[in-house]
Amino acid sequence: MIFKTATEMADALSKKDISSVELTQAHLDRIAAVDGDVKAFLHVDSEGALAQAAAVDADRASGKAMSPLAGVPLALKDVLAQKGVPTTAGSKILQGWKPPYDSTVVAKLKDAGVVILGKTNMDEFAMGSSTENSGYGPTFNPWDLTRTPGGSSGGSSAAVASFEAPLAIGSDTGGSIRQPAALTGIVGVRPTYGAVSRYGLIAYSSSLDQAGPFGRTVLDTALLHEAIAGHDAHDATSINAAVPAVVAAAKDGNVKGMKIGVIKQLQGEGYQKGVQTRFTESLDLLASLGAEIVEVDCPSFEYALAAYYLIAPSECSSNLARFDAMRYGLRTGDEGGASAEAVMAATRDAGFGREVKRRIILGTYALSSGYYDAYYGSAQKIRTLIIQDYAKAFAVADVLVSPTAPTTAYKIGEKIDDPMAMYLGDVATIPVNLAGICGMSLPAGLAEEDNLPVGFQIMAPAMQDQRLYQAGAALEAALTSKWGGALITKAPALQGRPSALPTMSKGGAK
Amino acid sequence: MALNYDEIIAKYDPVLGLEVHVELNTESKMFCSCATTFGAEPNTQTCPVCLALPGALPVVNEKAIESTIKIGLALNCSIAPYSRFARKNYFYPDMPKNFQISQYDEPICFDGYVDVEIDTDEGPKHFRIEVERVHMEEDTGKSLHVGGATGRIHGADYSLLDYNRAGIPLVEIVTKIVPGTGKYAPEVAKAYVAELRDILRGLGVSDVKMEQGSLRCDANVSLMLKDATELGTRSETKNVNSLRSVERAIRGEMLRHAEILETGGKVKQETRHFQEDTGLTRSGRSKEQAEDYRYFPDPDLVPVKPDAAWIETLRAGLPERPSIRRKRLKEQWAVPDKEFAAMVNADVLDIVEATVLLGADATKARTWWLGEISRVANDKGVDIAELAITPAHVAELIKLVASGELTDKLARQVVEGVIAGEGTPSEVVAKRGIKVVSDDGALMAAIEKVCAAQADTAEKVRGGHLPAAGALIGAVMKETAGQADAAKVRELLLKFLGQ
Amino acid sequence: MSTLSRDEVAKLAGLARIEMTEEELVNLSSQFGMILDAVARVQEVNLEGVKATSHPQPIENIARPDVVQASLTPAQALSGAPAQEEQRFRVPQILGEE
Repeated sequence: MIFKTATEMADALSKKDISSVELTQAHLDRIAAVDGDVKAFLHVDSEGALAQAAAVDADRASGKAMSPLAGVPLALKDVLAQKGVPTTAGSKILQGWKPPYDSTVVAKLKDAGVVILGKTNMDEFAMGSSTENSGYGPTFNPWDLTRTPGGSSGGSSAAVASFEAPLAIGSDTGGSIRQPAALTGIVGVRPTYGAVSRYGLIAYSSSLDQAGPFGRTVLDTALLHEAIAGHDAHDATSINAAVPAVVAAAKDGNVKGMKIGVIKQLQGEGYQKGVQTRFTESLDLLASLGAEIVEVDCPSFEYALAAYYLIAPSECSSNLARFDAMRYGLRTGDEGGASAEAVMAATRDAGFGREVKRRIILGTYALSSGYYDAYYGSAQKIRTLIIQDYAKAFAVADVLVSPTAPTTAYKIGEKIDDPMAMYLGDVATIPVNLAGICGMSLPAGLAEEDNLPVGFQIMAPAMQDQRLYQAGAALEAALTSKWGGALITKAPALQGRPSALPTMSKGGAK
Repeated sequence: MALNYDEIIAKYDPVLGLEVHVELNTESKMFCSCATTFGAEPNTQTCPVCLALPGALPVVNEKAIESTIKIGLALNCSIAPYSRFARKNYFYPDMPKNFQISQYDEPICFDGYVDVEIDTDEGPKHFRIEVERVHMEEDTGKSLHVGGATGRIHGADYSLLDYNRAGIPLVEIVTKIVPGTGKYAPEVAKAYVAELRDILRGLGVSDVKMEQGSLRCDANVSLMLKDATELGTRSETKNVNSLRSVERAIRGEMLRHAEILETGGKVKQETRHFQEDTGLTRSGRSKEQAEDYRYFPDPDLVPVKPDAAWIETLRAGLPERPSIRRKRLKEQWAVPDKEFAAMVNADVLDIVEATVLLGADATKARTWWLGEISRVANDKGVDIAELAITPAHVAELIKLVASGELTDKLARQVVEGVIAGEGTPSEVVAKRGIKVVSDDGALMAAIEKVCAAQADTAEKVRGGHLPAAGALIGAVMKETAGQADAAKVRELLLKFLGQ
Repeated sequence: MSTLSRDEVAKLAGLARIEMTEEELVNLSSQFGMILDAVARVQEVNLEGVKATSHPQPIENIARPDVVQASLTPAQALSGAPAQEEQRFRVPQILGEE
């Protein structure tokens, strides 16, 4: 059952072929079997999950109207507050903290009857691209356990890719949903900024953060997208408009006449050969389905990385100031009558990892008097140029595309001592965040040189998220047909997983 | 050798800068929906937002925006068509986010003024205080310092934090620098804060109780030599908790600066704390590092663009200006200039008006508040507002005297009782058994007794020497334990003695 | 190549209230050079006349009505407190201003 899609599971649940408790237990068993190797989860909430599942089963039995995903299990990135459940944001500084409130995303998931299995691993405070910056050790890529699953939502992505959950929630500030999706061969979407409430999402960079869905298929991801999106009065940056019809678009999957823009700056040199090959093939496939391919020029994208690495650290240096040992979280260094100031400094030293400290210091610098205009101020202007470039591009194309990441998954430890090399992995995903638009990564195949997953990125204008699903579903259907099954079926068997897999149905696109 | 005040003024010009913080009286906090009730049990009015729990987000209170615009309009400010919130970043345990949401280079109101009038020996003087900006921000939590000698921060072992107050809306009103006040600097500062308070009270946007902290003043003072072109170094004084303290703090700082400058020293630019008991300021702990607040626009909040038509509606709805109101009351009550100025200076206008509205005669109300009650307040070293006696009490008192149930003298005893917390005037009268002896029989008995005891003096009065009656009246008053009406005694006595 | 000296890093660490060992300070200082060069690229662009974007979406005038809603209970508020006393958060002695 765990190898089915969420859509199939939901169908089975509604037909009462299986109960949510059974389905949940099956996933808990899977986690027990393989998470020793994958290490996707920081906390598994067996008791809570089974209780939620039982409640959904009871509601269904009593004839209540159920949401589409009611009873389907999900993995939650540990960046979202869940009442009474340990929430750490991947940091030691929040070890053991149990929020007294639910984030809006969690409240919506509970309302929809989705069963939250547990909290997944992540780069500390969402800062990183490999989950190696977690205060609790890395997560491993189910395709190759010596490699990273990407980050910062590596735990959520690995959980879905290893069949520990059919669905997951991540967060994406510079690519942290799309890049892990690409590196683990699944679908991940970063919704339009403001489409999903940030209330209860532990903040990294406020003007760039968004929570978003992971699934093994485009339709599964669409269902989850609809469950979590929507206006929230608790979030002043939340968009007050109807959720785009992403599920309908995923079911439609038609690209006839769609104009697809290839961004000149996001391909070619600097991109691994296998990545580029799969990308070009996917373009050809889309063209064969009736789409028109055009090239667009976005010169300001060259500066996107630099702008991001000024804006995000600046905002985070302020957002993370609240972790000061006074009201919650770790407190250390307070023996011997140390002052509050000394305790704050000692706690933050002990509780924050290297990358977090690095970005806080960088952000403090970029905002300090005398440097604001040159750094933060200039970066915010680059942002305007990027928005303008996108506007020009979307005037001639309905969606824009690129490879999601320049490389496939790299070895654990390979880039950890070279921050710049790590940052370069975000070059294709970052412009989306700076502009506040939406983006999707879906599997484009494996790179021949290493047989590792490659991701295809689709971008659409703000609040036109349905275009992602429209184009994504079309490509997915074509590719799955070509492969004879979903890409994820080609992943190596993990302990506990039978080596001969039943073929999955065609991505659920029709 | 220290200069005295007049000598200082002859040599230096004081320059002022005043920052006033006003706590708005909204129902809920600035950025969350917690209650703002004063005096609640600790940490009973907190939520993820005002506690700065991970993941919490602010959403601004629309009433706070409206109140701030009203304040700006009442202070003759321009209202910014576009303004934003900014984060002021620094670490302090009473500030949960370790940044304060405030406004930086885009305040909602700017470039206004307040006209004040002070009463001097040379007649009334007018000053226009220019207001640089009025902006929105949020209050901090309250700390209790435990272990030190006086409950103050120095020497404390640890502190206890209550975040009920964290996030309550604050409006900050900042003046431009105020030169040219000369020897009246302390009075002008006090008058400015008093005028602000009256304006804010009239708008109904705050309780403006300095003693409760809903109106706070930070006073900046510097001295410059009369022919200098550069301003002197300023010091900032905090913890100025009453109008009286504003005046004392400014005067004290002027003296302190002068003493430093006269002995060839340099004034330190620092923050000082006003000490109520001594009237002096004490240096705050100096910081090792100058704070760099690293202001940037708050990304969790969106710009404020108030609708122009709405602003005009608010402007049209502004209440009567305090200066207009003062003119009106002065005419209504027919009070001479000097006396009215004294009333304004003693800050009794509102309290007298309240008493009059309860039916009391304006002159009598004025006499009580400016006279006996002011005297008591001065003796105790407090503002009139802090005494337990209310307009209702005074109105009742005036009624009792008018009806003859109390003499003026007895009424003063009653006032003493009310201030001591013994209850309303009627309650005090009952408790203390205060009664006018109006029974003619009893009075006659006392008069006869006294005249018998002082036969010579009585003879003098019989002979037409009226002034001598004074001693007899005094003796009768003593005989009746002060509870006789002196005028009545005089009337009866003279009649008794054939005059 | 732009750099941050060890002392400058120490000053920033002070502002950010993060205690750092000598080794950490020196390491950060050396890494920053490269990062600063990369991010200094933003200054290569002609940004004259370009307005800054601090919000990707042109949302404005979002406010909430002045209505009180349920708060956390004191127990919930204090649930994460490293130390508490008399229903208040207990913190070590504060050195700063009153």
